[in-house]
Amino acid sequence: MRCATGLIRICGVFEMSGAGLLEIEGLTLTVSRIDKEVVSDFSLELAPGEIVGIVGESGSGKSMAARAIMRLEPPAVSRRGGSIRFDGKDVCAMPQRVLRRMRGGDVGMVFQEPLTSLNPSMRIGSQLEEGLKLHRRIAVAERRRLILDMLGRVGLRDPEAALEAYPHEFSGGMRQRIMLASVMLLKPRLLIADEPTTALDAVVQREVLDLMLQLTRTNGTAVLLISHDLPMIARYTNRIVVMRQGRIVEEGATDALLEKPQHSYTRQLLAAMPRRTAKRGIDHSVPPLVEVRDLIVDYGGRKGFLRRDPGKRALRGVSLSIRPREVVAIVGESGSGKTTLGRSIAGLVKPSGGSILYGGHSILPGSEGWPDYRLNCQMIFQDPYSSLDPRIPIGATITEALRHGKALSAAEKHARVIEILGEVGLSAEFAKRYPHELSGGQRQRVAIARALVRKPAFVIADEPVSALDVTVRMQVLDLLTRLQERHGFSCLFISHDLSVVEQIADRVVVMRDGAIVEEGSRDAIFDGPRDSYTRRLLSAIPTLEGNPEGGVRLVERGDCRNVIELPA
Amino acid sequence: MLRFILTRLGMAIPTLLIVALTVFLLVRLIPGDPASLMLGDMASQSSLAALRAQLGLDRPIPVQFVIWIGQILKGDFGHSIATGQPVLGLVIDRFETSATIVVIGVFLASVVAVPAGLIAAWRQNSAIDLLFVGTATVLLSIPSFWLGLLLLLLFGLKLQWLPVVGYVSFSTSPVMASVYLIMPVATLVLHESGVLVRMARASALEVLRLDYVTHARAKGLSEGAVLRRHVFRNSFGPTWTLIGLVLGNLLAGIAVVETVFTIPGIGRLLVDSIFARDYPVIQGCMLFVAFVYVLINLVVDLFYPLFDPKVAQA
Amino acid sequence: MRLPSLNAVLGATIVGLIVGAGLVAMVWTPYDPLKLDFLARLAPPSAHHLLGTDEFGRDVLSRLMRAATTSVWISILTVCASILAGTALGLVTGYMRGWTDRILMMFNDALLAFPGILLALGLLSVVGANMYGIILALGLAYTPLVTRVVRGAVLSLKEKEFIEASRVLGNSESFTMVRHVLPNCIAPLIVLATSMFGWVLLAESALSFLGLGVPPPAPTWGNMLAESRTYISQAAWLGIFPGLCISLALLGINLLGDALRDRLDPHMRGL
Repeated sequence: MRCATGLIRICGVFEMSGAGLLEIEGLTLTVSRIDKEVVSDFSLELAPGEIVGIVGESGSGKSMAARAIMRLEPPAVSRRGGSIRFDGKDVCAMPQRVLRRMRGGDVGMVFQEPLTSLNPSMRIGSQLEEGLKLHRRIAVAERRRLILDMLGRVGLRDPEAALEAYPHEFSGGMRQRIMLASVMLLKPRLLIADEPTTALDAVVQREVLDLMLQLTRTNGTAVLLISHDLPMIARYTNRIVVMRQGRIVEEGATDALLEKPQHSYTRQLLAAMPRRTAKRGIDHSVPPLVEVRDLIVDYGGRKGFLRRDPGKRALRGVSLSIRPREVVAIVGESGSGKTTLGRSIAGLVKPSGGSILYGGHSILPGSEGWPDYRLNCQMIFQDPYSSLDPRIPIGATITEALRHGKALSAAEKHARVIEILGEVGLSAEFAKRYPHELSGGQRQRVAIARALVRKPAFVIADEPVSALDVTVRMQVLDLLTRLQERHGFSCLFISHDLSVVEQIADRVVVMRDGAIVEEGSRDAIFDGPRDSYTRRLLSAIPTLEGNPEGGVRLVERGDCRNVIELPA
Repeated sequence: MLRFILTRLGMAIPTLLIVALTVFLLVRLIPGDPASLMLGDMASQSSLAALRAQLGLDRPIPVQFVIWIGQILKGDFGHSIATGQPVLGLVIDRFETSATIVVIGVFLASVVAVPAGLIAAWRQNSAIDLLFVGTATVLLSIPSFWLGLLLLLLFGLKLQWLPVVGYVSFSTSPVMASVYLIMPVATLVLHESGVLVRMARASALEVLRLDYVTHARAKGLSEGAVLRRHVFRNSFGPTWTLIGLVLGNLLAGIAVVETVFTIPGIGRLLVDSIFARDYPVIQGCMLFVAFVYVLINLVVDLFYPLFDPKVAQA
Repeated sequence: MRLPSLNAVLGATIVGLIVGAGLVAMVWTPYDPLKLDFLARLAPPSAHHLLGTDEFGRDVLSRLMRAATTSVWISILTVCASILAGTALGLVTGYMRGWTDRILMMFNDALLAFPGILLALGLLSVVGANMYGIILALGLAYTPLVTRVVRGAVLSLKEKEFIEASRVLGNSESFTMVRHVLPNCIAPLIVLATSMFGWVLLAESALSFLGLGVPPPAPTWGNMLAESRTYISQAAWLGIFPGLCISLALLGINLLGDALRDRLDPHMRGL
């Protein structure tokens, strides 16, 4: 395997051997009541031990098709046509008893949400044992041994204790490992992984997927990996199937598909992956616009009747400065304190120590610098579904931002609102609509409009694109970049997604456990990271080298040893 | 886990205190001299004076409250103006009667309603679901006193299968007691099943949507096993809380059923004593029932972690 | 706008009929509900008296209509009082934290520690049983629940990003509370108010049945049902119609409540 300069293929070149394990032909699924097709004419063949990825955005039907393989589609969805054959047997015609034997025993499934995929009121041991008891005839002691062994293999430090524990005592990544253990315990012939790592942090994602790969290679299990994350799919699969709105749009061997994408949608998906843009010149001689000095924030510390919660130090003395026109990105995983930092700077959280200066003045509420700061510092929030008041039309939401500051007449306000809507790419008639009538991407545009309508000097963007689909993400990111160029506001961009940061940032700050781990210019961080944590974060995302046909080459970066060595 | 138990127990104590305070203040709110309220119009001057001294009516209110609490804790709830009996004994006696009906009724209602709710949720929007939900809605719309009256009319008067009035305690004759209990209990069962089915169904629906149910099916479990082992336990929590609320409400609201079937229970006692202005008994009933309600909710809370282990960690 | 569901239509129709009858009865009923007519005692339903007469010869239908007026009035006034008081308290305690909040909630929870009917009965023994006494007693008995619900809604709304966005824009806390928090509480409040309407109606009927309601000779469904017991063997209709009215009213309210809940606030199912 090569690394850093070439393509990494984890699983090796795959040779088709033997008859197909799974043969799906022309599968069509509809939502019965409204007669809408969610999957149309879906055909797929899977050979034993093969790893195939299904890529698509929300609404592509990929999850539905996968669930149909085990006849687990929700009651509202029914099969209109097509056939599914597993190991030569017709799944759709199977009697319940045979179907139940196939489920778990021959085909296993891992889901996305680690929070809801394990029964919260059942101990881990019992849940893992359930499948074994059902499908294998072995004694209690032997079952226990197998479970303990598997829990150890997936990386749990204390398998014995885990047996008696409940799911909520484990983190998201741990729960996914336990799910994998539960499914792989039965050594299925096919593993369907439906967005198995989407809800996890980047580094943990990598670890869980490597684990999944290792387990399936050991058992010769075929894998159907479903995700919207194209780089991740590309890393782990032999073949890729691209879906859009229920249909297969393109399919082929991973390398070939990436290099020479045929369909325009595939090209769109590849183009939507963030890339590094040219370096911008930021004037470092100018005094910083926003300065943070030794900021300390503590959370919690509730004193109930019978308990004393010591609380948590979310920020441990963070110092930072942001110059005019500069985009500074804060990167970290969950629990790193990046969101707390953003909210403190925005004035939503009171710091326990340290200071925040804007234009040289302290911004504590009540100090003389506060009103000016409040006008000039705005925020774009993460969740497009909860950052807009559902009861107020879009126009009124944006107009509300004009309540403070320069006094404008009603007509002037209206004109300004229409103007900013136009700048974010929404026509004037959107002003009358309500949030629930808009898509996620449109809502984020409105959030951006609300933040920018007063022409602030400083904008804090808290994970503004994380909740959006890949293609929409690109559009909103481009919009933000363009507006920043045009209006020249400084921006603090918070994200857990390094690939997004690569495109938009001038400077990057890496955080972990409430402190800054490394900081530097964008190029310096991405090309020559010094800290080992930064290197780990970077190794989770590949670089993309484009070619003239619209294709890409995935190039791994970071520490190569992390890439090849799988967890013991 | 221990901390959870202690916290809940700890929280119950201030609640009990404030409950007692409320009852205390309530009676003090009645215009007139508290002593003559307690002893009635016929009391002699000397007994009035003695009671005034005992209650400490010349002392400030907080002190009176403490004195009163002291008496309560000793079991001295005063004496009924109407019958002269010690209140506590009277209340406990009547409470046993009511509690029998309420507990049996709610238990049977739960046993019927919870599986029905689960099945209705499992087969959502099917004929059986609509039947169960429809029946439940109708049942809970019918006031229990009318339902009781209708049962009385049908089974007592027209068909003459069951006795119309009266009550026989278990100690006298279990068989006869049960016969007299059939209609009151049936009234409760019918009404409360309606209430419980809807909650059981609603929370089962929430759980059925979740991934771990699909995961259980993906393991190859039969539908029965999925419902029993995965859906039931995780959806029972809210229903369990509701059962506690229903039990508590019935302990007082049972007055109507007791009136229809002429059963000497605590509800009837409270109502009669309101008519008779028998303040010691009113006070005693309120205190007792409220205390039992707090205890019921405490027990409900303590068992909740069985259905939702996260609660114990909170 | 989606088409209203069957629940909504049925519920609204029934409730409309009842409220309509109550309104009409304020100005007209077939006979005077209080007029005694000993010549027509205990007459079964006929062309003259559509639903029969009671032991004093009073027309049952007229009495039922007048009772509807009473019940509807009491319920509306009680629910309004509870909602107003509870919303104010809930908003204030949900927004403030600290000791004031803790103490208020302790008292609130202590009041909730009483079964509703018990508290109402206790209060009635103090204020006396008449229309305003009942409204006061029931209103006080149900306010803690409204406070709890509104407070819960406020607390969960405070976490929502659009509330934080309002703060970042520079709006004061009170502006945010009135402009953003309150309107978003309306949905659960409507659902709660509808359910409460049913509970209060039932409670008022039960209290009347026990003899603690609006004093006779004013008719309420509850006291009509209570009076019917004496003559139940001879005049079964006396026991059937009032109960039927209460049941229908409750059924209509429940159906309407269900439909509203499905539309407005799916989280409160099962209540």
